Amino acid sequence: MLNEIHGFQAAYARCIDDNRLEGWPDFFLADGRYRLTTADNHRRGLQAGLIWANSRAMLQDRISALRQANIYERHGYRHILGLPLVEPQADGTARAETPFMVARIMRDGTTDLFATGRYLDIFARDAAGALKLQERVVVCDSSRIDTLLAIPL
Amino acid sequence: MPLDTVWPEGSIHQVPYWVFQRAEVLAREQEAIFRGACWHYLCLEAEIPNRGDYRTTQLGELPVVVARDAEGNINAFENRCAHRGALIALEDGGNTKDFTCVYHAWRYDMAGNLKGVAFRNGIAGKGGMPKDFKLEEHCPRKLRVATLCGLVFGTLSEATPPLEDYLGAEIVGRVQRVLAGRTPEVLGRFTQALPNNWKLYTENVRDSYHASLLHLFFTTFEVNRLTQKGGLIVSEGGGNHVSWSAIEAGAAGGEYAQQQIRSDSDYKLADPSLLHGFQEFGDNCTLQILSVFPTFVLQQIQNCIAVRQVVPRAVDRTDLHWTYLGFAEDTAEQRIMRLKQCNLVGAAGFVSMEDGCVGGFVQRGAAGAGDQQAVLRMGGHDAASSDTRATEASVRGFWKAYRAATGY
Repeated sequence: MLNEIHGFQAAYARCIDDNRLEGWPDFFLADGRYRLTTADNHRRGLQAGLIWANSRAMLQDRISALRQANIYERHGYRHILGLPLVEPQADGTARAETPFMVARIMRDGTTDLFATGRYLDIFARDAAGALKLQERVVVCDSSRIDTLLAIPL
Repeated sequence: MPLDTVWPEGSIHQVPYWVFQRAEVLAREQEAIFRGACWHYLCLEAEIPNRGDYRTTQLGELPVVVARDAEGNINAFENRCAHRGALIALEDGGNTKDFTCVYHAWRYDMAGNLKGVAFRNGIAGKGGMPKDFKLEEHCPRKLRVATLCGLVFGTLSEATPPLEDYLGAEIVGRVQRVLAGRTPEVLGRFTQALPNNWKLYTENVRDSYHASLLHLFFTTFEVNRLTQKGGLIVSEGGGNHVSWSAIEAGAAGGEYAQQQIRSDSDYKLADPSLLHGFQEFGDNCTLQILSVFPTFVLQQIQNCIAVRQVVPRAVDRTDLHWTYLGFAEDTAEQRIMRLKQCNLVGAAGFVSMEDGCVGGFVQRGAAGAGDQQAVLRMGGHDAASSDTRATEASVRGFWKAYRAATGY
């Protein structure tokens, strides 16, 4: 499963960085959860997220809103992922923790370190046996987000 | 006076761009507004529920400690050691018996009174403070504190009128509508770093004209359209406002299509449960944005309740602190709905992410145009309440209060 998770994380990062965001929800189970928060909130057990979803459909709505409704200056990300620490569970799922750094590249070329943090994941298999995220909590190290967070991490 | 510090005469419907651009303007604001006769939001009572609890915050550049003492009273004082000026408290918050400055271990109680000075009597009879040194003559400046429905406000100035007079009865009523009789709980805290002058955000908050034009998400799902029933309350001095809208069955929506405004589309949600909120206030009001001059916002967007605090960091940099709220009285389902609707706001909010960048567009767009002016003539020239939100009256109200406070 370790190799499979390595490949999964690499594919996830490439999907976002290549601006193929319509494919992003497919990394999750239909009832998969995604929450983007900060280390401070996480440590205190505070439940709110900058993004908070408990269905794949909510993630699809994120992307269609970005494409059709939301206004922001054109930009992209480059994810650099660290090695996942994987803990297989007795029930066949696996927990994994993967550190990330994300650079943001604005349309004028300005490149900043936009976020660092870690993915706290629960991996499971769908009915077809494919590896999917049952849950991803994105814990950003900083409590500060520059300008806006449009594209998911 | 140089041309680019002159305000168009007698006007609150023209705003010169130099006011967003100049370091000496920010310096005057720090003194006249942030340390002047204004009430500033400090924190929630719910963030310091127990004796010994404290939070640190800012009045503009001025660092502040808010602390609950052994008698349960809330005190606020400058986060500055009376000795050499170092920060007294270094954390965002916590619980403590007293505060000790790390530099030379001067010790303060929960009201900011100096209680101890290290080596006050010297060592082995040598050194130490002179005999006429009195602890009670040295302490950081203390703020006056007032609370309303669990919101804690502070001011450095003796001239600030009582909080409820400062807010006005209508604004007080609208704060009570959201918070009275309930027990707020913090659901999360986030800071959005805005690439613009702080006043471009406080204008934006009061700008009921832009909401349904810039924020397509709002309009399409009828969380807020200007054609909905709604209105605008502007307080007497102009500085505080409420913009509200309510669901009204069969309301006309054709104006958006007729004017070919970008805000009309056939965009639909795959998971519409996001907008299946619960009736919380019994008044069909889906949105109430409330601001208090200069930098406080209380927001109700459906069931998403939050407070926002604006802190200037530089002429063209601003911190926007979001605190998302639930209530101890929430059912489990209601709590889930609040968490879900937090997607609407904040740095990644469906209806508010644009506010994070639009101030930067003005900051950059108006660079080199310090002697030019923004035009605020929607709905006339005054800063009065109205039953339409197709007006810039509350933005003009902000400038009315701003000019009165700064003398510009």
